[in-house]
Amino acid sequence: MDLRDTPGEAAFRSELRAWLDANLPEERRGWRGGAQRFDDPFYREWSRALYDAGYAGLTWPKEYGGAGAPYSFQAIYLEESARAQAPSHVGVIGLGMAGPTIMAHGTEEQKQAHLAKILSAEEIWCQGFSEPDAGSDLAAVRTRMERRGDVFVLNGQKVWSSFAHIADWCILVGLSDPEAPRYKGLTYMMVDMRSPGIEVRPLRQITGESEFNEIFFTDVEVPAENLLGEEGQGWQVAMTTLLHERGTLGFALSAQLEVHLGRLLEVARERVNGDALARDRVAQEWIDLQALRYTNYRALTTYERTGIPGPEGSVAKLRWSEQNQRLTKLGRELLGDDGILDDGWWHHQQLRSRGNTIEAGTSEVLRNIIAERVLQLPRSR
Amino acid sequence: MDFAFTEEQQELKRLARGWLAERFPLDRDWDGPADDDWGGLADLGWLGVSIAEDEGGAGLTFIEEAILFEELGYALYPGPYLETVGLVLPWLGPDDRAAVASGETRWSAEVGGLVPHLLSVDRVVADGSAYEARGEEEASVDPTRPLGRLERGDGSPLPGSADEPRARAAMACEAVGVAQRALDLGIEHARTREQFGKPIGVYQAVSHALANTYGDVELGRSLAYWASWCVAVGDEHAPVAAAAAKAFATEAAVTACERSIQVHGGTGFTWEHPLHRFYKRALWLHGFGGRPAQLRAEVADAVLGAPVAAG
Repeated sequence: MDLRDTPGEAAFRSELRAWLDANLPEERRGWRGGAQRFDDPFYREWSRALYDAGYAGLTWPKEYGGAGAPYSFQAIYLEESARAQAPSHVGVIGLGMAGPTIMAHGTEEQKQAHLAKILSAEEIWCQGFSEPDAGSDLAAVRTRMERRGDVFVLNGQKVWSSFAHIADWCILVGLSDPEAPRYKGLTYMMVDMRSPGIEVRPLRQITGESEFNEIFFTDVEVPAENLLGEEGQGWQVAMTTLLHERGTLGFALSAQLEVHLGRLLEVARERVNGDALARDRVAQEWIDLQALRYTNYRALTTYERTGIPGPEGSVAKLRWSEQNQRLTKLGRELLGDDGILDDGWWHHQQLRSRGNTIEAGTSEVLRNIIAERVLQLPRSR
Repeated sequence: MDFAFTEEQQELKRLARGWLAERFPLDRDWDGPADDDWGGLADLGWLGVSIAEDEGGAGLTFIEEAILFEELGYALYPGPYLETVGLVLPWLGPDDRAAVASGETRWSAEVGGLVPHLLSVDRVVADGSAYEARGEEEASVDPTRPLGRLERGDGSPLPGSADEPRARAAMACEAVGVAQRALDLGIEHARTREQFGKPIGVYQAVSHALANTYGDVELGRSLAYWASWCVAVGDEHAPVAAAAAKAFATEAAVTACERSIQVHGGTGFTWEHPLHRFYKRALWLHGFGGRPAQLRAEVADAVLGAPVAAG
């Protein structure tokens, strides 16, 4: 056990810090979220700069354009990016979900076609999993994939798809065999978002912004060579995607929370530094953040040693989402009488945080996962 | 960055779990006089884990001791190990340390005017001096850990000094062990107890309560190990880490026991079931040597600076 950076990690951290200082324009720091920010061409340029400097796909194999670095480097990258309040790479879905799934299940041709372009932000990806009647229950998807010779014809609707309005490609799970038993009729494919018959409509959320979209598919033809895995194996392939969604998330989340906590400490120092009750609540948030950070470190070491995400990591997203809701609400409260005004930051963050316990696995589903897979309690369904 | 136990440390944890389960089982005679098997602990080398080899110890670190604190909490060990190893060791010189490692001398310390296990130890540290253990004992919230008021005789000054972060990290680890046991008992009950034709663990009102405890235990464990590492290597963050760990882990232990009692239904409310013993230990750890609200005030001082008087 040694919680300090190794010499290699320390060198990487200081290089990265210097690179961020030199390359990130001051006015681009402290972005507040919202996927429509990516309409600004700066973010593709920034992502390309990350790629050219070797910071995109740190843990990906070198043969696919990555750096082949250990997971601790990715954790350091996320920590330092958050501390510099740097924008993330625009290819969030590609880097975290599509890429790892293509690596695990794709053919060599598919890997060559897409992986490097994901890193360089030449290809932006989105995800088509959720549907109006299939949220937490992914196996209930109804988007039809009908095989006609060398193509699948797609009809249906996807929802809650981040980045779909700017995406080049979509990873999608649909129903290829309605007669098959549950889980067995699903197929996973990569869909070119420029195919005829696709319509994307942004969804406006409670913050007033649009990060998510609905995608409508009407007789969209997808070549059979775009399947990931075999026909009927969609469920297994989707599980890889979701494992990565949760597996790579912890550090990004706690790093983001650290930025929020930094703001909370500023407000507390300015406004309520003599108030014992407020100090107690701020201290609790600080303690809870350290608990998350060190839980991520433990999960990381387990992952590096065994190659399998440890059970301790399963609480990261659940507890982060609840803490972010509590912390952003406290931030507004500490503003006192001014908390009634839309300050442009706390108000936005607090509203945005309400989505945190819903997106990427609702808290209810995550508690089921912990109960069934970690605590080995009998299944509730 | 490497945040995991070594093979040897994992082996120590397994060994401790096994030995304690056999020696201090759940179906022990809880209300009879407790034999804490101090000699057994000495034979295992647990009393001298961080004591130098030439003083009869194992020459290991506080990390190994942290592992034992957690496992002793898991087993609800009744003897003055926390007192001797967790509170007193940093005060002692070489001869006294050797007498701890051999099992010859049991120690406790006065904290906030109270001495845990006063009448079952030999010597007591108070105001930087060693005293004979004499005085009156009072019942505490945990009957296995009475608290006494020291009757001071002649004191002899000790060469060492207090190490508050070390004591707090020790209690945080013990609390993690208590919380883990309460969780394990709750899981076992939820798997086997059937109502309406199903094990009650299928009901989400039950399983989600246990999932919440799991989250508390893992987060508390991360803080307790972080604090223990800081103590072991003398990291500058040891004071704030230990305050954070004790605040979080002892609250987690209390809540874990309360949820487990609820999950057990009427059984959990009986004297016969051992859960209330763990609950009482959790309450003791919560209250002794800095309550969570006091510890958070220290954390606030560290992260916000001293409070500014309201103007």
